[in-house]
Amino acid sequence: MSAELAQRVLGMVPAGVEAEVFVDHMARALTRFANSFIHQNVADATTTVRLRLHADGRTASGATTVTTDEGLRGLVSRTLDAARLCPPDAGWPGLAAPAALAGEGNWDEETAKASPEARADRVRAFVDAAGGLETAGYCRTLHWSAAFANTAGQVAAGRTAEIAMDGIARVEGADGAARIASGQLSDVDGAALGARAAAKARAGAGAVELPPGRYEVVLEPAAVVDVLQNLSLYGFNGKAYNERQSFAEPGAQQFDEAVTLADDALGDTGLGVPFDAEGTPKRRVELVSGGVTQRVAHDRRTAAEAGAESTGHAALGGRTRGALPANLRLMPGPAASTVEAGAVIDPAAASLVAGVERGLLVTDLWYTRVLDPKSLVVTGLTRNGVWLIEDGELTTPVRNFRFTQSYPQALGPGAVLGVGGEATMFPDMWGAAWWTAPALRLASWNFTGGASG
Amino acid sequence: MTHYDVATAAVQAALDAGARYADARVMHRRYESMSARNGDIEELTQSEDAGIGVRALVGSSWGFYAVPDLSDGAARAAGGRAAKIAAASARVPGPAADLVPVQARTASWSSECETDPLSVPLSDKGDLLVHATKTMREHGADQAEGLYQIWDTEKWFVSSEGHRIDQRIRECGGGIASIAVGDGEVQRRSYPANRGQYGTQGWELVESLDLGAHAARIADESRALLTAPPCPAGETTLILGDEQMALQIHESVGHAIELDRILGWEAAFAGTSWLDLDQLGSLHYGSELMNITIDPTIPGALGSFGFDDEGTPAARRHAVKEGRWVGVLAGRDSAAVAGLDYAGSVRADGWARLPMVRMTNVGLEPGPHTLDEMIAATDDGVYMDTNRSWSIDDKRLNFQFGCEIGWEIKNGRRGRMLRNPTYTGIGPVFWRSMDMLSSEVVPWGTPNCGKGQPGQIGHTGHPAAPARFQNVRVGVRG
Repeated sequence: MSAELAQRVLGMVPAGVEAEVFVDHMARALTRFANSFIHQNVADATTTVRLRLHADGRTASGATTVTTDEGLRGLVSRTLDAARLCPPDAGWPGLAAPAALAGEGNWDEETAKASPEARADRVRAFVDAAGGLETAGYCRTLHWSAAFANTAGQVAAGRTAEIAMDGIARVEGADGAARIASGQLSDVDGAALGARAAAKARAGAGAVELPPGRYEVVLEPAAVVDVLQNLSLYGFNGKAYNERQSFAEPGAQQFDEAVTLADDALGDTGLGVPFDAEGTPKRRVELVSGGVTQRVAHDRRTAAEAGAESTGHAALGGRTRGALPANLRLMPGPAASTVEAGAVIDPAAASLVAGVERGLLVTDLWYTRVLDPKSLVVTGLTRNGVWLIEDGELTTPVRNFRFTQSYPQALGPGAVLGVGGEATMFPDMWGAAWWTAPALRLASWNFTGGASG
Repeated sequence: MTHYDVATAAVQAALDAGARYADARVMHRRYESMSARNGDIEELTQSEDAGIGVRALVGSSWGFYAVPDLSDGAARAAGGRAAKIAAASARVPGPAADLVPVQARTASWSSECETDPLSVPLSDKGDLLVHATKTMREHGADQAEGLYQIWDTEKWFVSSEGHRIDQRIRECGGGIASIAVGDGEVQRRSYPANRGQYGTQGWELVESLDLGAHAARIADESRALLTAPPCPAGETTLILGDEQMALQIHESVGHAIELDRILGWEAAFAGTSWLDLDQLGSLHYGSELMNITIDPTIPGALGSFGFDDEGTPAARRHAVKEGRWVGVLAGRDSAAVAGLDYAGSVRADGWARLPMVRMTNVGLEPGPHTLDEMIAATDDGVYMDTNRSWSIDDKRLNFQFGCEIGWEIKNGRRGRMLRNPTYTGIGPVFWRSMDMLSSEVVPWGTPNCGKGQPGQIGHTGHPAAPARFQNVRVGVRG
């Protein structure tokens, strides 16, 4: 249906006008629980048609969810009128030329068609496995299909499906969390997640306040995701780079040699469609190799400005925020010798914890905001569990800290003491982006305040 | 079929499928934004969306379903799906759900609008942004940005209790920013606020901002910040401008008094609140100068409406009175759980999203002072304004906020400009230290308040005035 809609809109565009149409159909269902019962349970199925036109040297964009003939004609008419009134667009990079896609995306029918009962059953399992602790969280399934067509002849279609579950268990003021994203419904075991969240919550009870300062840390994979998100938004964003607001310097050893970072919406486990908002095929793009920054992500416009080629990162919804690599994967380190993780430590972090003489294990980073985009100094808080590590063992639960830390500096040459041997995929909080991360052991993290100020 | 007919059909279908309560909102929204950069139009986007969202209560469990199809058949199917989802929720049931009573009524309401913002020629709107960004470039901005946004929303609400309410709310606003790039850091100055100023008004709001008249000043300030001394670190007397006060209110009061957070409904994501309902009416939130109202009736403010998305009429009430916590932002279901007798603060970001507790206009009543009086009464301190970064914990207690610009205050006078000003504190400790409050209230609008899963963007208003605080830690750096 999406491909047919795209062609219908393209057929309404007058000859001589450059046009691209992106149609996406998102069927999203989210079952939310709190105080150990389902309190919100929502679903919607929305088709959005996005049109970008370039007429007489001028560019405008429009979108609609009204997919009747009248609605689509209105979209074309409004967007043409808007383009005529815009000043000339000297930086118009032209349309994507026809190019082959790397498949249609990873799609699992059982996941795409998951029922409200399937989500509720996973919630039931999470709640039951928490053993009477108060629980909260969600189970979400998505089915995303998209189609693209432009007047240069590029035609593309793809689809993907996702399940994600994210929950906490709570006891005596301590929260423990567990979460996962996958393309396979069967991968998400509510009971396993609930049991881990409960174990972490119990182990976090009675937390003590430690003085602020610099500590060696092991960031569990969920905390590493926050680092990846900020690197994406402010560092490897082609627009920020072109405007000299990014720290990225291609060719420079900006990270520890243990850091290899790629963006990949596809692969065996990726959860994206195989093209971007401009119809450029998605592919694996290595941004950092062995600590050396290789490149930043580009859409067609930022690429033209930089004298580069689009890397397939044009974002839906406009170019104001730039070209974002929103499927970052931090490559795991070598497989570690078997270390018993126990119920509290994420298995992905266990071998790293074992090597720490004195430091902190951090589950999540929360509400992070950038103080300066170029140095990427970020402030935020820890959440869902911090523990003191002494001689490779968790000894004491610790109350949450506030931190103020440059992320590139934290991952700089010599600063990464270990990378976990396995990576976990996590859902984005807001939408269609997925992040894959191992745990990280870092030499220093700057905690600037305790829970009490 | 009228939109009321469509909504009524959806509600009836939900009831037929077993719901004991149902409501439906048909919404049609048009949106336009234009951004300019360095003297050129960067992007112009216009969008339209329309659909219906249906909420059904089956037993003690809720379900919600939404579709962008306003046919009778689609509406009935949506009502049935909402009830089916609610039935699935019963696999993990909660306590008995109730709704505080609200008189069912038939009503229409529109926000005030002198100049329809979507009818203003695009060329005029573009010229405004192009001129302002060109001026900033001429005054040294490395990047000069300008933006306006317009929303025109019509909605028709029907409930199984008999509500039939339609509303049209037109919102718009905008702003400009100058970015100066130095060696290793970036400085930014915005006007009139980090994200601009927004309200439930027509294009007259944007015209009143006179963006072009402030372009040169903020460009000059952004460049000057690159070489200004850093904000000193330590404890001091802090004066905040009204724009930063709006952010302070939003983050450390507005979210904290959301009843769904207090009840734990947002525990896994947005978080909870440090507030305990047992202390409602007795807790000292701040100094006696602190009077915060929840007021969706303020003409032109961004959080204003005639009725919330549950059909509760807009009404003003205190959240904090003379420093004492006395009120919350509530919905009909959360109020019933808490044993309160009022709701009225539930809204949804479009037809495809579940209505939830949201701020309306949450702001300060005027104090007895002026900004000049505060500065004159301060021997040693820092004055900060215009929000740049904001971070607060999941209980809304521990915050660290950064501003675009600061100034040293010495011996009652404003002195040197300071770069990278930040301050940190614990909400109630901070508010109890407020010893001066200005009468110069500005009804700031925040168009980007994120909450909920799936994510929703809310539009909130925050009347705010400059204020002075004692013994605040400033100058936190990485």
